Amino acid sequence: MEVRGKEVVVKRIITLNVNGEEFEFLTEVHRTLLEVLREDLGLTGTKRGCDLGTCGACTVLIEGKPYLSCLTLAADVQGKKIVTIEGLAQDGEPHPLQKAFVQKGAIQCGFCTPGMILMAKAFLDENPNPSEEEVKQAISGNICRCTGYTKIVEAILSLTHK
Amino acid sequence: MNKLDVVGKREPMLDAWEKATGRARFTDDLAFPGMLYGKILRSPLAHAKILHLDLTGAEKVTGVKGAIGGEDIPKKKYGIVPMAKDEYALAIGKVRYVGDEVAAVVATSLDAAEEALSKIQVDYEELPAVFDPVEAMQPGAPVIHEEVHNNVSASIRKEFGNVEKAFGESDFLFEDTFETQAVNHCPLEPQAALAVVDPSGKVTLYASTQIPFFLRRNLATTLDIPESKVRVIKPKVGGGFGQKIDLYAKDFCAAFFAMKTKKPVKFVYEREEVFTSTRQRHPMHIQLKTGMRKDGTILAQQFKVIADGGAYNSTAPLMITLACYFIMLPYRLENLLFEGYHVYTNKPVGGAMRGHGIPQVRFAVEAQLDHVAEKMGIDPLDLRLKNAFQAGAPHPAKLRVQTCGFSDTLKTAAKGIGWEEKRGKLPFGRGVGLAGASFPSGVSNMSHISSGAMVKIERDGSITLLTGAADIGQGAETVISQIVAEELGVPLEDIRITAADTEITPLDPGTFGSGVTLRAGNAAKIASQEAREKLFEAVAEKMEVNVKELEARNRRIYVKGSPERGMSFKEAIKFYQYSDRPMPIIGRGSYQPPAKEPTTLLKEDGNFSPAYSFMTQAAEVEVDTKTGKVKVLKMVASHDCGKAINPMLVEGQLEGSVVGGMGQALYEEVITEKGRVLNPSFLDYGIPTAMEAPSITSVEVETNDPEGPFGAKESGEGTQLAPAPAIINAIYDAIGVRFKTLPVTPEKILQALDEKKKE
Repeated sequence: MEVRGKEVVVKRIITLNVNGEEFEFLTEVHRTLLEVLREDLGLTGTKRGCDLGTCGACTVLIEGKPYLSCLTLAADVQGKKIVTIEGLAQDGEPHPLQKAFVQKGAIQCGFCTPGMILMAKAFLDENPNPSEEEVKQAISGNICRCTGYTKIVEAILSLTHK
Repeated sequence: MNKLDVVGKREPMLDAWEKATGRARFTDDLAFPGMLYGKILRSPLAHAKILHLDLTGAEKVTGVKGAIGGEDIPKKKYGIVPMAKDEYALAIGKVRYVGDEVAAVVATSLDAAEEALSKIQVDYEELPAVFDPVEAMQPGAPVIHEEVHNNVSASIRKEFGNVEKAFGESDFLFEDTFETQAVNHCPLEPQAALAVVDPSGKVTLYASTQIPFFLRRNLATTLDIPESKVRVIKPKVGGGFGQKIDLYAKDFCAAFFAMKTKKPVKFVYEREEVFTSTRQRHPMHIQLKTGMRKDGTILAQQFKVIADGGAYNSTAPLMITLACYFIMLPYRLENLLFEGYHVYTNKPVGGAMRGHGIPQVRFAVEAQLDHVAEKMGIDPLDLRLKNAFQAGAPHPAKLRVQTCGFSDTLKTAAKGIGWEEKRGKLPFGRGVGLAGASFPSGVSNMSHISSGAMVKIERDGSITLLTGAADIGQGAETVISQIVAEELGVPLEDIRITAADTEITPLDPGTFGSGVTLRAGNAAKIASQEAREKLFEAVAEKMEVNVKELEARNRRIYVKGSPERGMSFKEAIKFYQYSDRPMPIIGRGSYQPPAKEPTTLLKEDGNFSPAYSFMTQAAEVEVDTKTGKVKVLKMVASHDCGKAINPMLVEGQLEGSVVGGMGQALYEEVITEKGRVLNPSFLDYGIPTAMEAPSITSVEVETNDPEGPFGAKESGEGTQLAPAPAIINAIYDAIGVRFKTLPVTPEKILQALDEKKKE
């Protein structure tokens, strides 16, 4: 605990499991997972586009489900498996979604890409054979201003069995 | 032309892997030891005098390392157009809109910086404010900038031909009024800057910018230090669309505080600041009168355009000029009278945005043309084809159009949308529409007019390319590298590119006016040729052949037509070295548009761009008559891009631009009330999501412009000129209502359908 002006700032040691590694550090309890990932763990692949939960650029996977890390307190997700874009590759092999996004031209400025890919992964894990409309619905919380979504949807659909 | 190996190929962007794996570094991803965090205090009032600014409370907050107001900085105005500089990095004396910069602080943490902002005391004297540009022009309206009468900070009145006479000769006259809205660019990456000062006192600024060299100049000016003391590095930039053309308070403040504290300083804007305090598309009020001959010829047009500029100029004179001149493309128009005003109001500031002043007037022209066609009993497609500009035709303003695929874009877009089968033939609630446009491929300006490039051939056969071109996500680095690879006969993977570092890379104007591929691409092409010639000279000597007989391809240099008579690229380099020729093997290139007297059009007519692209958008829509919602089912984007250096990237440009244009037709608007932005978030603003995105077909019409590298012209920016009118014209085909105000929201549709019922 530390006193800053008239405010009392509570710090706690928290432990996070990110991309299969355990991290232990001291931090203020009010900090978001997004802040901790970017500023304490150096995992800047998770992007801050609005800090309000409206753009999806900060999407990460927690126990395989997509979460907006800007609306998630770091202290609340201790003991859970967190995956960021940096941890998506397996044994040095990029995830098929990463390959598809690269090869189909689904990436322009790339700022929405990490969140978009993680959202798509969580979705395809649940629904491996979606329709185009279902794909569009699944990523509708992830905003992209560059691509018009066309090639993103194509990239995701290229991994389905339909 | 020979068969091409790299140009014309669907290559993924060179940095796509970095971006897909989270390794790409944007400005806010960078951090330095001891870094301070900055925040900016913004005006809560639309128009007020700053009577007193008290920073002492802020300075007392633990962790705060500095606090400044407008009185603490050099009194140097900045602006992107030299003749229109009207802005200080922090307000001096008064604030002119809600969100104007009043003070800035830096602290050891963002929390401390935010707390410090709350401790700053400002005494304001509120002034009468004006929010409507027409009111702002009236005598007696509040004066926003002391030296500007009637708040008109830029204006243009140009006549080509004789409009009065042409109206007299017209068989039909049409008069309409149109309104367009404020639109935010919404790059996903908010504006950011990080400054570091080295022991010599030189400041390095990492910034989310489209224009590193202009930024360097504006920074040097506002900091009042020599340009040589400023270095600007552009990391990855998360989209710009024109919004990252200007210098912002974050750039100045990061550099200023870094110099003052000798510590790295970072400023990152919040999303709300991006909406309220950066730039937006100018809302326009447009009166348009058109004279038609019976046979469908557009004889004359007269415009009165009032652009709501908000509190500052940014690109004002250029914006209103572009709006004027690009009325005369893509249709033949001999008689034009254009009166345009850029007017200050106490609102967020207008600036360059994808299309830059042209989409608004293009919406007016294209929407009215459909009405004209209907009244005259001509098919809107035929009317456009009849008036389509053709390559080589004389232009009233002396634009030199060497290639023009406009008619082909009209035909292919119409075919793609099913014009013949669908126009006027779909059931009520469904409809198709189309609209055309033209855009420059690079704009002339008097300061940084040429692009430079340097190509260095390394010992291992790889190529180092230095270019000042600023890739902001559109793929400029990839496209320019493809051009270099093609010229040197090596695969794309052999090219390593360093781009946009004012200390290292050659001068380049940056990313605006759609000139990057043509200008920087040509510079890189010339540099590659020069480097190649040097290598050829060594090879020619060794092989005892004429230099002109050699060609480079597949990592080999050989006698044309006889690939076996030659040597590998690496062997050639080795031989070059061993024969003691000047090292390193470097080619330099520069490209400047070929006009003898390059014109900005601000003062005189002339050729403005090396080449002009042409495009047609066609839309099919479905209107839900119960909810008023419009669903865009399909868009066809047909684009004369000269030559697609990378067709996959061109498609990506078109698709993104089309969806942005659709947003502006149907959803997007920065809504203000007494100058305050009411919807500064993605949740409330109306940016299209994947759910709204239509099926998009891209058609590339290739015209191989002689001025473009491998024939290439603009793609992507001009694309955003025509989606809105195409959709509005499709809505008319669907429900028989002509909309003249953007965006066409469900409320407007329902109201119009109600009124229609009453008729």
